[in-house]
Amino acid sequence: MNAILLRNMLISAILLAGFGGLGTGLVVATFEATKDQIEASEKANLLKNLNNILPADSYSNNLLDNELIVPDDSLLGNEGVTSVYQAWQGDKPVAVAFSIVAPDGYSGNIRLLIAIKASGKISGVRVISHKETPGLGDKIELAKDDWILGFNDKEQNNPDVKNWKVKKDGGVFDQFTGATITPRAVVRAVHRALDYFAYNQKKLFLDQAKYDQLYDNK
Amino acid sequence: MSETVATQDEPLSETDTSFLKEYGPIARDGLWSNNAVFAQMLGLCPLLAVSNTVINALGLGLATISVLILSNMSVSLIRNIVRPEIRLPVFVIIIASAVTAIELLIHAWFHELYLILGIFIPLIVTNCAIIARAETFASKNTLGKSFFDGLMMGLGFTMVLLLLGALREILGSGTLLANAHIMFGEGAQWLTIEVFSDYNGFLLAVLPPGAFMGLAVLLAIRNYIDKKHKEKKKQKNLTTQQTAEAKPEPAQ
Repeated sequence: MNAILLRNMLISAILLAGFGGLGTGLVVATFEATKDQIEASEKANLLKNLNNILPADSYSNNLLDNELIVPDDSLLGNEGVTSVYQAWQGDKPVAVAFSIVAPDGYSGNIRLLIAIKASGKISGVRVISHKETPGLGDKIELAKDDWILGFNDKEQNNPDVKNWKVKKDGGVFDQFTGATITPRAVVRAVHRALDYFAYNQKKLFLDQAKYDQLYDNK
Repeated sequence: MSETVATQDEPLSETDTSFLKEYGPIARDGLWSNNAVFAQMLGLCPLLAVSNTVINALGLGLATISVLILSNMSVSLIRNIVRPEIRLPVFVIIIASAVTAIELLIHAWFHELYLILGIFIPLIVTNCAIIARAETFASKNTLGKSFFDGLMMGLGFTMVLLLLGALREILGSGTLLANAHIMFGEGAQWLTIEVFSDYNGFLLAVLPPGAFMGLAVLLAIRNYIDKKHKEKKKQKNLTTQQTAEAKPEPAQ
């Protein structure tokens, strides 16, 4: 009696383990088969996002090859390191693009991608992800409204620092009807990015080895 | 009911009738009378969350169809090997690995769609409609029937998703098939239809409450059609009875 019970339990356990193994095998096989394609898709998507704010004909290098990893900085707001993509025209620096976070949105972090020309002018800003209210705060997306284009060609001191605010706070940037917190957060984050660029301009166009050698204090 | 009527009206060869008899009810169950959403009220979480545009709905619908077919076929294949006491964990393993594999495929080849559908692809695992089909149908039926049942149940689910998606997209943003390019490639931009130009958008339809209200409207329409259908059948039965009673009279 006990022997039969034991035998049944064993068979069940082996069957279950077998199916577990089969399932895992299927996932592993799919993962291996799609790994390269996923990486390529992600790169293509990143490059597409970068080219939205950095016209592809304004530089001659491959942005993704000229990536500089910089440590976290309160001005950037990212958790952990930030990737800075450098745009070069021959050996002349054109612009850098990197992601920043506006932590004070209406609901959670707003992730932005910004490109700043070597002259200090903004080449473009785009929202990567946000959880703002649809219909109100989501006008920061280019798909919904062209508000975000208002940052183009602005500089750290143009408009004047005291005017780097939404109109409600006495600045030059529009807010949206019913939503001031979202644009305010974005305006502040963009200005912090310009500050960061101004303080670090020299470093941001170095290659990784040199940057680490000069500034890595870890 | 329409299929049985059709078999009565049109003379069909022997094999055709038996095919229809076997597969007709499965199709009717999946698409209408036992529809995952309309009748069983299953899988509402992804349904309500992703039905804000037609393209999102189509993406999730196709993913759900493939998972249903894959899981139904696998369960049917192993239905004689698996012992009853371990069948549920085995079904769960099958469904979970099918979903993960499909998620990876979408991530690789439909990257933008993946970014939008995000969390809702892995959540297909929790769509009770899938394990319900595995348990009540696929574990008792042949491979072909299980495949067909998965396809029909999936199509029924997708149909509701598309209806709700279209309703919410038209009301919410005044367009139809916006972002068609993320599904069909850049050449598909022309598919987008602007139903109302210069439309300011009706926020409620896009937000979650709009999903509940839209679903309620669809359910009401479904119940109305069912009721009308039943009344018609009743009337038809009555008239056939009357004619049957009336017929013998002239002979007398």
